[in-house]
Amino acid sequence: MPEKPKLALYWAASCGGCEIAVVNLHEKIVDLDAAFDLMFCPCLVDTKKKDIEAMPDKSIAITLFNGGIRSDENAEMARLLRKKSRVLIAYGSCSYEGCIPGLANLSGKDDILKTSFLDSPTTHNPGRIVPSAESVVPEGTLNLPALLEKLLPLKDVVEVDYFIPGCPPESARIWDVVELVVSGKPLPLPGSVIGAGTSAVCDECKRAKADKKIKKFYRTWEIIPDAEHCLLDQGIICMGIATRSGCGALCPKVNMPCTGCYGTPEGVLDQGAKMVAALGSIIDVDAMKGLPEEGISARIAEIMDAIPDPAGTFYKYSLPHSLLKGRVS
Amino acid sequence: MKKRISIDPITRLEGHGKIEIFLNEEGDVANTYFQVPELRGFEQFCKGRLAEDMPVITNRICGVCPEAHHLASVKALDALFDANPPGAAKKIRELLYSAFYVTDHTTHFYALGGPDFIVGPDAPPSERNILGVIRKVGLDIGKAVIECRSRNHHVIEMLGGRSIHPAAGLPGGWSKSVSEEERKEIAEIAKKNVDFALFTLKAFGDIVLKNPAYLELVTSDIYLHRTYSMGTVDDKNRVNFYDGMIRVVDPEGIEFVKYPSKDYAKHIAERVEPWTYLKFPYLKKIGWKGFVDGIDSGVYSATPLSRLNVSDSMATPLAQEEFERMYQTFGSKKINNRFQPIHHRLATHWARLIELLYAAERMVELANDPEITSPDVRRIPERIKGIGIGSVEAPRGTLTHHYESDERGVLTKVNLIVGTTNNYAPMTMSIKKVAERLITKGNVVEEGMLNRIEMAFRLYDPCLSCATHSLPGTMPLTVTIKDSTGAVVRELKRQ
Repeated sequence: MPEKPKLALYWAASCGGCEIAVVNLHEKIVDLDAAFDLMFCPCLVDTKKKDIEAMPDKSIAITLFNGGIRSDENAEMARLLRKKSRVLIAYGSCSYEGCIPGLANLSGKDDILKTSFLDSPTTHNPGRIVPSAESVVPEGTLNLPALLEKLLPLKDVVEVDYFIPGCPPESARIWDVVELVVSGKPLPLPGSVIGAGTSAVCDECKRAKADKKIKKFYRTWEIIPDAEHCLLDQGIICMGIATRSGCGALCPKVNMPCTGCYGTPEGVLDQGAKMVAALGSIIDVDAMKGLPEEGISARIAEIMDAIPDPAGTFYKYSLPHSLLKGRVS
Repeated sequence: MKKRISIDPITRLEGHGKIEIFLNEEGDVANTYFQVPELRGFEQFCKGRLAEDMPVITNRICGVCPEAHHLASVKALDALFDANPPGAAKKIRELLYSAFYVTDHTTHFYALGGPDFIVGPDAPPSERNILGVIRKVGLDIGKAVIECRSRNHHVIEMLGGRSIHPAAGLPGGWSKSVSEEERKEIAEIAKKNVDFALFTLKAFGDIVLKNPAYLELVTSDIYLHRTYSMGTVDDKNRVNFYDGMIRVVDPEGIEFVKYPSKDYAKHIAERVEPWTYLKFPYLKKIGWKGFVDGIDSGVYSATPLSRLNVSDSMATPLAQEEFERMYQTFGSKKINNRFQPIHHRLATHWARLIELLYAAERMVELANDPEITSPDVRRIPERIKGIGIGSVEAPRGTLTHHYESDERGVLTKVNLIVGTTNNYAPMTMSIKKVAERLITKGNVVEEGMLNRIEMAFRLYDPCLSCATHSLPGTMPLTVTIKDSTGAVVRELKRQ
């Protein structure tokens, strides 16, 4: 019997949701097992490095790499798995574009350590100890991976063949990718986003859309939107217009706005810039016509008051992947 | 010669975990270190964010238990926005949470913790996994486990919008109400869950409790630690996952303190060690006395067993019967109308199944509550108070979120004590105790050592051990024994 192709799943700085998304294939997990030699653990595992180092180069058919690159250890594993894998896929938003842990790029590594270990209200740390890459204990020396200054998406460390967006990717979309690979059909061009659509979440959303003329934006807790109409039309910042399709517009189905976890639509470079441009074009300027200049400034300030955290609103999942990549110091 | 043993299991405890065992000149264990080598910095980067974004942001702390973070977060927001949700919203939250508990505890029992018992602690590693469980308990069980996870994730998606990382939590309520059609479907699923929990407890009883060798292992002292216990109780001092007061009892079972979660910082402090990115919480009024148990040490546990230890009873009838059976099996006497705590850590597996049954029964109650279909699920906040603290019982321990904001609701301070973290010191102690038993005078008891250490881990169900390990079922582990020059003397490995 020919050997089944090896499939590896590795996590770096992530939450585990990407693994649960695979487990949530539910009964299809048996089919996945039939098609691949699942290397979930072995690759990560023991010796993490040694066993994988001992494998011939390119001997893993596909590695799904989830999680961002937060430490030197994450980076080292990314380089090793690149070498051993024929196809390396940045799987899930963290690996693709940094995701929510990427918001840490609004500050630096030292701020993370200071907040966690020195400034927390419950931490009792009279010696002002901060964990370090090397520490001497009575019995010897202990090592920890060093945090990098910023969190990096996988593509900033190694060459990536494909990207699967989503936080986490929807299980049905993961299955699409598995079926494509198993079918033996040609894969898309390297560098492509797979396991998602190419248009925007709005195209999958069943809410009725009108000509957008927005007088005021609302925070989600400020209003109860109606269940039929576009949330953005109702003044709630919904990222659907600047977010790739693929999830089926799940959040709007429960009356909550899209927060952007599938990243940019095809051909869009920067999710936040796309969203800001879109908002600029839907604000009701007619309502400002004839106002004196101070009046217009006041109206704009009022509109912007509803968006006190532009970075966290427009780049919640994509900051390390964006044009600015984080705080510019 | 001094030796050093490294265990690099890469199991998930908010990242990976690593164990270093140092031996002294005599070849006995000098000390063990359990390191957590990962930090993503949520408490830092959540500053500057909109408070109402936190249920979605903190989901991403853990993809295994995002429901716990989502709910601790919305409860912190209820407080920060001073908005008491309508009854239906609270019930929908708890209904979603009950479905989540059913899937989470099921996964742990069948795929992670259970194999050690059902297949047996000394069975070959290739058998000691979910497939071995299926062979032992019956082929239909694999299917039943998958169906159980599937139907409950369906409920989570129905109520929360998404099956992983739910989206429906808001200060003052929930974004979605439940239709009568949905209610009926959920009620059916809940009934199936009760049957499944009863079946699981029966299997545990037949296979583990009726086997003298397993029963002896469960009641032996290798995994025994007499620490304080923590858990959330309702107004009748019964286990509650979603809401109530946090109760701590001492190792004898005397109530040490009972407090609302907003007072958590008066009772909990955290210690920093330079060799790990995770902090060690302890009872502040007792203080940190090192990695030791007993009434004079501030170390406490917050596990399924701890939750039962602090409770007078269970709130549902079938779970109550099983609760009594467990404490009686351990010969626990009642003081102040409450069973004395059980400190045998392996009993945590049994406690987890009692909680599984409770979650299923509670789900039936909530799905049949007339208020659950009320369209009134939101209260619009009228002010921003600026501070909010909320907690729930995550499957792996009491989970606390603490937020402070400016007058616009932009966060200025965030502090999080997550489930598994509570148990960091007890886990470290359990690992050390097992190592001390199995390594003497330089002799390493190879057979069983890896699994005995695994078992010390697994009973705590450290966060994120679940997903990736649930398919192969075993936690891959390597122990490297090096001499003092760093040369590898021996390597024990299991796959």
